[in-house]
Amino acid sequence: MLELKNIKKQFGGRTILDNFNMQVPDGQITAIVGPSGAGKTTLLRCISGLEKTNSGSFILDGKTFDPANNRDNDNVIGVVFQDFQLFPNLTVLDNITLAPQLVLKQSKAEAEKRAQELIDQLNLTGKESLYPYQLSGGQKQRVAIVRALAINPKILCYDEPTSALDPDLRQTVESIILSLKQDNMTQIVVTHDMQFAENIADQIVRVEPIKA
Amino acid sequence: MHYVSEILPSLLSGAWMTIKIFFWTLIASIPLGILASLGLTSRIAPLRWILKFYVWLMRGTPLLLQLIFVFYGLPIIGVIFQRYDAALFAFILNYTAYFAEIFRGGFQAIDQGQYESARVLRLTRAQTLRKIVIPQVVKIVVPSIGNETINLIKDSSLVYVIGLGDLLRAGNVATARDVTLLPLVLVGVIYLLMTAVATFVLRKVEQHYRSWR
Repeated sequence: MLELKNIKKQFGGRTILDNFNMQVPDGQITAIVGPSGAGKTTLLRCISGLEKTNSGSFILDGKTFDPANNRDNDNVIGVVFQDFQLFPNLTVLDNITLAPQLVLKQSKAEAEKRAQELIDQLNLTGKESLYPYQLSGGQKQRVAIVRALAINPKILCYDEPTSALDPDLRQTVESIILSLKQDNMTQIVVTHDMQFAENIADQIVRVEPIKA
Repeated sequence: MHYVSEILPSLLSGAWMTIKIFFWTLIASIPLGILASLGLTSRIAPLRWILKFYVWLMRGTPLLLQLIFVFYGLPIIGVIFQRYDAALFAFILNYTAYFAEIFRGGFQAIDQGQYESARVLRLTRAQTLRKIVIPQVVKIVVPSIGNETINLIKDSSLVYVIGLGDLLRAGNVATARDVTLLPLVLVGVIYLLMTAVATFVLRKVEQHYRSWR
């Protein structure tokens, strides 16, 4: 379980998060909702270590850790970005196997075997040697999910997973997230889409803008 | 025809000097330019200022003047170069500045999200640069680098000012001695051949990077 305690985050004097507390139970889906500008994405960036918090602590499985300064590969938090941020110079397979080889020190064969399982699971079979520009939005997102999963994260985070997609693809994202839950993956989903949040989440956390 | 075969050896030996300067300048100043561009975008302010001053100095004065200063000026403060080394030193210093600016533009064109995406995958900064950022930067800068590369072939003729025997000088010598423009026509043809080879190689490089967008 991931626990956030008294998290405070300021940007140049403006307080985005103040005394924020949250619990993310294992194997469940936690949706973070709130109006735009409330700090949902900032919260996600703090959890994934892209932003440093001003104060407060993160506790993962009973031990404190600092996501912003986390080189320990056991406490990995995967992120699926809103605009996916696939690496355009690498094929789908290389996008997925790069980190497992460089960071987890897997052999090429090992990394590719694991990648292939995930590729098949997320319905990307046959796309391995394509480059990101050759994929549709939904396919790019699934590659981003596979890439995040390939480093065996403890928690998988999504930033607005429905916003860059056609409305009819929302269903697909829902079923992917729910099927990963079946595999016991702990997931945090930031969304402004209340309907979507209610469809998938075990727990909905509201982030409200702080009045100055 | 007889005359051509008579002067060709001297022209070719001049062309060899041109090629040597071209080749070594390129080999040294591209990686140095990448390093300098990283410094130009660095968070360390004094490093940025020094490099900005260096780029301003190198781009703001004629290469001819820089050659003269390196060969005739530096000995005054005790730094003595052989002619050939002086030429290489000046060319590398000058071209590194241009390449640094080109690469700076390339680096700044890369989405911050690419760095973040690499970071959450736990890639180190060096791995991120090598595997993700630099390939994308290279694709962006190849056309501009190509321009500078072609310029460099012709700029190398400036080495005559410190008495090095390059292609243009060889042609000049023959023209003055034999009172005919023919050697200079040949010089033009040899420059064209060299730029044609460079253009061909650059096109191959661009094609290599065309497989992704």
